[in-house]
Amino acid sequence: MSIRQEVIIVGGGVAGLSAAYTLAKAGVEVMVLERGLNSGTKNVMGGVLYRQMMEEMIPDFWKEAPLERRIIEQRFWLMGKDSVTQSAYKDMSWDSPPYNNFTVFRSKFDQWFAKKCTEAGVLILNETLVTECIIKGNKVVGVRTNRPDGDVYADVVVLADGVNSLLAKNLGFHKEWTSDQVALAVMEEIKLPAKVIEERFNVGPETGATIEIYGESTQNMMGTAFIYTNKEHVSIGCGTLLSQLSKSNIKPYELLEMLKQNPLVKPFIEGGESAEYYAHLIPEGGYHSIPRLTGDGVLVIGDAAQLVNSIHREGSNLAMTSGRLAAEAILQARRLGEFDEKTLSIYPRSLKESFVYQDLAKYKDAVHIMERNPAYFNHHLPAVNSAMKEILTVDGKSKRDKQWLIVKSYFKGRSFLKVLWDLFTLGKAMK
Amino acid sequence: MHIVVCIKQVPDAAQVKIDPKTNTLDRSSAPAILNPYDAHAVQEAVNIKRLYGGRVTVLTMGPPQAKDIIRKSLELGADAGILLSDRAFAGSDTWATSYILSQGLSELRAREPIDLILCGKQAIDGDTAQVGPGIARRLNIGQLTYIQKVESVDFVERSIIVHRRVDQGYEVIQAKLPCVVTVEKEINELQYSSLPEMMRAAQYQPLVWGVNDIHAEVNNMGLNGSPTTVRKIFSPPERTGGERLTGSIDDMANQLVNVLLEKIS
Ligand SMILES: Cc1cc2nc3c(=O)[nH]c(=O)nc-3n(C[C@H](O)[C@H](O)[C@H](O)COP(=O)(O)OP(=O)(O)OC[C@H]3O[C@@H](n4cnc5c(N)ncnc54)[C@H](O)[C@@H]3O)c2cc1C
Ligand SMILES: Cc1cc2nc3c(=O)[nH]c(=O)nc-3n(C[C@H](O)[C@H](O)[C@H](O)COP(=O)(O)OP(=O)(O)OC[C@H]3O[C@@H](n4cnc5c(N)ncnc54)[C@H](O)[C@@H]3O)c2cc1C
Repeated sequence: MSIRQEVIIVGGGVAGLSAAYTLAKAGVEVMVLERGLNSGTKNVMGGVLYRQMMEEMIPDFWKEAPLERRIIEQRFWLMGKDSVTQSAYKDMSWDSPPYNNFTVFRSKFDQWFAKKCTEAGVLILNETLVTECIIKGNKVVGVRTNRPDGDVYADVVVLADGVNSLLAKNLGFHKEWTSDQVALAVMEEIKLPAKVIEERFNVGPETGATIEIYGESTQNMMGTAFIYTNKEHVSIGCGTLLSQLSKSNIKPYELLEMLKQNPLVKPFIEGGESAEYYAHLIPEGGYHSIPRLTGDGVLVIGDAAQLVNSIHREGSNLAMTSGRLAAEAILQARRLGEFDEKTLSIYPRSLKESFVYQDLAKYKDAVHIMERNPAYFNHHLPAVNSAMKEILTVDGKSKRDKQWLIVKSYFKGRSFLKVLWDLFTLGKAMK
Repeated sequence: MHIVVCIKQVPDAAQVKIDPKTNTLDRSSAPAILNPYDAHAVQEAVNIKRLYGGRVTVLTMGPPQAKDIIRKSLELGADAGILLSDRAFAGSDTWATSYILSQGLSELRAREPIDLILCGKQAIDGDTAQVGPGIARRLNIGQLTYIQKVESVDFVERSIIVHRRVDQGYEVIQAKLPCVVTVEKEINELQYSSLPEMMRAAQYQPLVWGVNDIHAEVNNMGLNGSPTTVRKIFSPPERTGGERLTGSIDDMANQLVNVLLEKIS
C-alpha cells in the first residue's frame, strides 16, 4: 500500500507549520512529519516572536496563543568586565493592540500552532524521522521515514527541517555548513516570581523588556547575548560564531556561566532557579549562504534555508514568511498542475520581493566583515566603554586631557588608517 | 473476541516538578502522556488479537484532551476508543473512578460482549493500583494483578493462563474469562508503529460518552461520591547522611560496638 498526500512538510517548527497552515486553509491535503514528541520539543528560541508575520496567517492570534509578555522596551548594552554603555527604546504604544512583539516559549507556542494546524485539517505525525527524499529521475516524489511501511509520496515536498537540513544537503542544495556559517547558542530559563521580574526590569504584569548584550558577554568574540523576560522566567543566553568559539577554547556553557556571573548581569537573575537548559545552532551565514531553494518537486524554507537576520536576532519571522510564501507558490503551481523547479521558482521570486531577502541582502557583507576582522569586537567595542569611563570619571584631569587620552588609547595598537578603514567598511556594509 | 483496555492520561513523571512550597505536584508543567503501564496493556491486547483474532477497544475517563491517548493506543494497534467525559466526573477518587469505568464497560458490553479487560498495574501519578481491582469487583468478575506474562488464552474453554509476579518469583494462574488483568511493564516490548497506523490514529475521532450515556448515578461520582479525603501531601524527608566509620576492619568493628553501646545506655 503506498500512501499519497498532495504536500509533505518535513519539520514541524514555525516554518513548516506556517506552510502547512496556509496550504490546509486553501483546501490542500498536507502532512507534516516531525521527529520530536510534538512540535516545540526540539525547537529553541531566545523568545521574541514578532506579531506581524504570525498575524498575516492567523489574525488576532495573540488573543488565544500562549504568550509570555508583550515587549515594550528593548535595551542594548555594550558590556565591559564591570562597566556597560546602555541605550534603550521604550514605547508604550507597544502595550496596546496590535502590539509589536512578544516573548514566547517555543515548547508551548509551537504546540498551540500545531493544534491550529490540526484544526485546519493538517495531518501531523510526530515521532517520525524522515531519513531521505525519494527521487525519481531528477524529481523529488516523496520521503522515506524510519517507520515500517514508511514511504509517503506527494506532488511537493517542503524541507523545513531546521538549521542542519541534512535532507537539503543530501539533495546537493548546500554543503555541510562551515563553522563561520553557524553560531552555537546556549541558553537557560531561570525561574523567578513574576513580581521580582517586574521590579527588576521595571515592567508591568503583562509587559516585558529585552536586553541585547555585545562585547564582554561573548568574551569579545563575534556574537551576542540576551536577557528576555517571560512571565515567571528570565531567559538568558549567548551565541557565538562557531569558528571563533572553537578557536577560543572556551566551552559554550562556560561562556554562559561567565555571563551569569558578570556583576552587571547577576542582579537580574539572582535567587532564581534554573528550569531549563538548551543548546542549538543558529544559521548565521546570511545572504551569501542561502542555498538553492527549489528543485523539481521540492522547496526549502526557514532555518534550513539559512533565513536568519543575525544582526536583528530575527529568525522565527523569516521562517514564517518563507513558509507562507512557499505555500502560496505551491498553490499557484497546483493551479498550473506543474511542480517542476521552473514553476516552483515563484517561491524564490516572491521571497526576493519580501523583507526576508531584502534585509539579508542589506547586511550581506556585515557578518563576514566582522568575522574576518576581530577588531570590531575586541577593539572598537571595548573602546566605547573606556571612553565613557574616561569622560564620566571626575578625577581632576581637564576634559581636554581626557579627550586626548581617549584618542590615544583608541589608536593604541591600531593605526589611524586602520580604524578609519574598519569604520568605513562596516558603515558601508550596514547602510 | 473483544478485549477492552482501560487507559489513563497522566503527567509525564520524568517532567513533573514538585512545588517546593506547597509540596504538591505541578501537573501543568508536564506534558500529558499515556500511562506507561497502560501502553503495555494496549500492546498486550494487540498481541493477543494478532494471535487469536478479535477486536481491541480502549476506554478512558478524563478531560477532552484524553483523546490524545486514545489516538496513541490506535497507533499501537487498537481498533476503537471511547472517552468518558463529563463535568460530573471531575474530582472522582479511585472508588468513584472504578464506578464510572465499570458503568462504561457495562454499556459497552451491552453492545458487544467483552471477553477480557486489561489495565495497567498502576497509574504513575495516583499510584494506588486500586482501579483495576475496583472494576473487577463491581463487574463481579475475577482479577489477576501484577501479571508479567500471558501464557495462553483459550476462547473456546473461556480461560486464560498467566504469570503473576510475587516476591520470590511468579505464580502460574489459570482463570475464567471474562476477567480483569493488570499488567507489569515486563509483559511485552512496545512495537514501533507503522506509518499507515500513525495516519489512521491521527485522523481517528473517538466516541465520547457522558453521564447519561452510561446510566450512571451522579451521587456516586465526583467529589461527593468520593469517600477518600486527602489529609496531606508531602515529600518524604531526605535521609540525612549517617555517621561514617573509617579505619581497619578491627578498628571499625570496635568503633561500631562503642557507638552501639553508647546508644543503648
Ligand atoms: C538561542 C536562540 C535564540 C533565538 N532567538 C530568537 C528570537 O528571539 N527571535 C527570533 O525570531 N528567532 C530567534 N532564534 C531563531 C529561531 O529560533 C529560528 O530561526 C526558528 O526556530 C526557525 O524555525 P524553523 O521552523 O525553520 O526551524 P526549527 O524551529 O528548528 O524546526 C525544525 C523542525 O524540523 C524537525 N526536523 C529536523 N529534521 C527532521 C527530519 N529529518 N524529520 C522530521 N523532522 C525533522 C525538528 O525536530 C524541528 O522541530 C533563536 C535561535 C536560537 C538557537
Ligand atoms: C479526593 C480525591 C480527589 C481527586 N480529584 C481528582 C480530580 O479532580 N482530577 C483528577 O484527575 N484526579 C483526581 N483524583 C485522582 C484520581 O481519582 C485517581 O487518579 C484515579 O482514581 C485513578 O487512581 P490511580 O491514579 O491511583 O490509578 P490506579 O488505580 O493506580 O490505576 C490502575 C489502572 O487503572 C486504570 N485507570 C485508572 N484511572 C483510569 C481512568 N481515569 N480511565 C481509564 N482507566 C483508568 C488504568 O488501566 C491504570 O493503569 C482525586 C483523588 C482523590 C483521592
